[in-house]
Amino acid sequence: MQAIQTKGLVRRYRNVTAVDGLDLEVRQGDLFALLGVNGAGKTTAIRMLSCLTVPTAGEAIVGGYSVVREPDRVKAQIGVSPQETALAPNLTVKENLELICGVYGFSKEKTKGKIRELAGVFGLESVLKRKAGKLSGGWQRRVSIAMALICEPKILFLDEPTLGLDVLARYELWEVIGRLKGKITIILTTHYMEEAEALSDRIGIMKNGRLLAEGTAEELKLRAGAEDFEKAFVTIIKERDV
Amino acid sequence: MRMRIFAKRCAKEILRDPINLAFGLGFPLILLALLSCLQANIPVPLFEIDTLTPGITVFGLSFITLFSATLIARDRESALLQRLYTTPLTSLDFILGYMLPMLPIALGQTVICYLFAIPFGLTCSVHIVYAVLGMIPVAVFNIALGLLCGSIFGVKQVGGICGAMLTNLSAWLSGVWFDLKLVGGLFEKMANALPFVHAAEMEKALFGGNLLDAAAHLLPILAYSVLVTAGAVCCFLRQMKKQ
Repeated sequence: MQAIQTKGLVRRYRNVTAVDGLDLEVRQGDLFALLGVNGAGKTTAIRMLSCLTVPTAGEAIVGGYSVVREPDRVKAQIGVSPQETALAPNLTVKENLELICGVYGFSKEKTKGKIRELAGVFGLESVLKRKAGKLSGGWQRRVSIAMALICEPKILFLDEPTLGLDVLARYELWEVIGRLKGKITIILTTHYMEEAEALSDRIGIMKNGRLLAEGTAEELKLRAGAEDFEKAFVTIIKERDV
Repeated sequence: MRMRIFAKRCAKEILRDPINLAFGLGFPLILLALLSCLQANIPVPLFEIDTLTPGITVFGLSFITLFSATLIARDRESALLQRLYTTPLTSLDFILGYMLPMLPIALGQTVICYLFAIPFGLTCSVHIVYAVLGMIPVAVFNIALGLLCGSIFGVKQVGGICGAMLTNLSAWLSGVWFDLKLVGGLFEKMANALPFVHAAEMEKALFGGNLLDAAAHLLPILAYSVLVTAGAVCCFLRQMKKQ
């Protein structure tokens, strides 16, 4: 069954077409990576799928509902971790998690249980009482993803989750994301080749708002006739330049 | 319920920022103390404590505009709002959540200013209660102005516009620091067309127990409060749609 399906999805900003006729299918439970250079349209695509931006044309069905006609139903099924850390800096990590539990109307007991569960999954126990704004980038990303998971989403959007992190923090976050694989559908945008290859079930390569190729890392390598994934990515991107 | 949770978060964000406390509370109190000392040596009718304190409380509210604008602009830039837009929070939850917690903070600031002025010789009477209650529409105006600026500008711009320009405008055009009649002309007309001088005069009148005089100044403040609140709501909804 498909978790996400888009047909001819377009988003234009005045003279710029950020996403240009995106046709995408993501299977339930898959980790799907949208890979591309800066300005490829990855973030705009995610924003449309998470009901933050209204498409100019086309259709997107997320979790069985239309992002245009039924955004409230879509929102009930998704969790979003934006590119920026999106935390309340003067609140502690625990208070940030409580805030999200509160806006979803959780009871006190459910909130307590959810925080305990997420603190365990993301290893947040040691930082629960620290102000979110004082944490390192890596910890802030962990908290950000934990916040996105509070509503128990069927589909999780991670927009450039490891952007700006050092190697160690990136690997630690990969482990965390890896633990979520198979439990929910994850859409991840990145411009790190190794990240897409290491984490994803399937990868879509975007350029200038268009989806150039889609498949597993192996399929994409085979298609490009390249030995490693980075070369495959460059070949596919350049192929379409000609 | 959801709005209350969001409002609680906004209050915590503001009250836990030491810069907010330093400017919002420290600055008006230091001014009160300094000008009272000055007054003790060189008496100036404008700086008599019973005249000065109501004016300082009005000036202090310009910092509330700055806090509210900075909070919203920062939430927009950090994408916290973007995250929250994908939750069941409604636009009304956001607007009330930003505005309501600022009201007790603004009134708290006013009460502290009056209490602080008592040892400097402020007349202690029931009129202080009138003056504090009279601050409600002034506070609404300042909070709404913060919502408006925070919805339009980024954090850096808010610092310049609300932090420097607005606090200066509020200071010069309120008649707290000098008699506007001394300047006269276009400057006085401009000041009278804006709400700051009316807020300061209303506070002075309420503190002096002159309710009729206060009522005359209330009308322009209410008009500005309604106008700015409507503008702020429109701008917030517009940026919400844009997000």
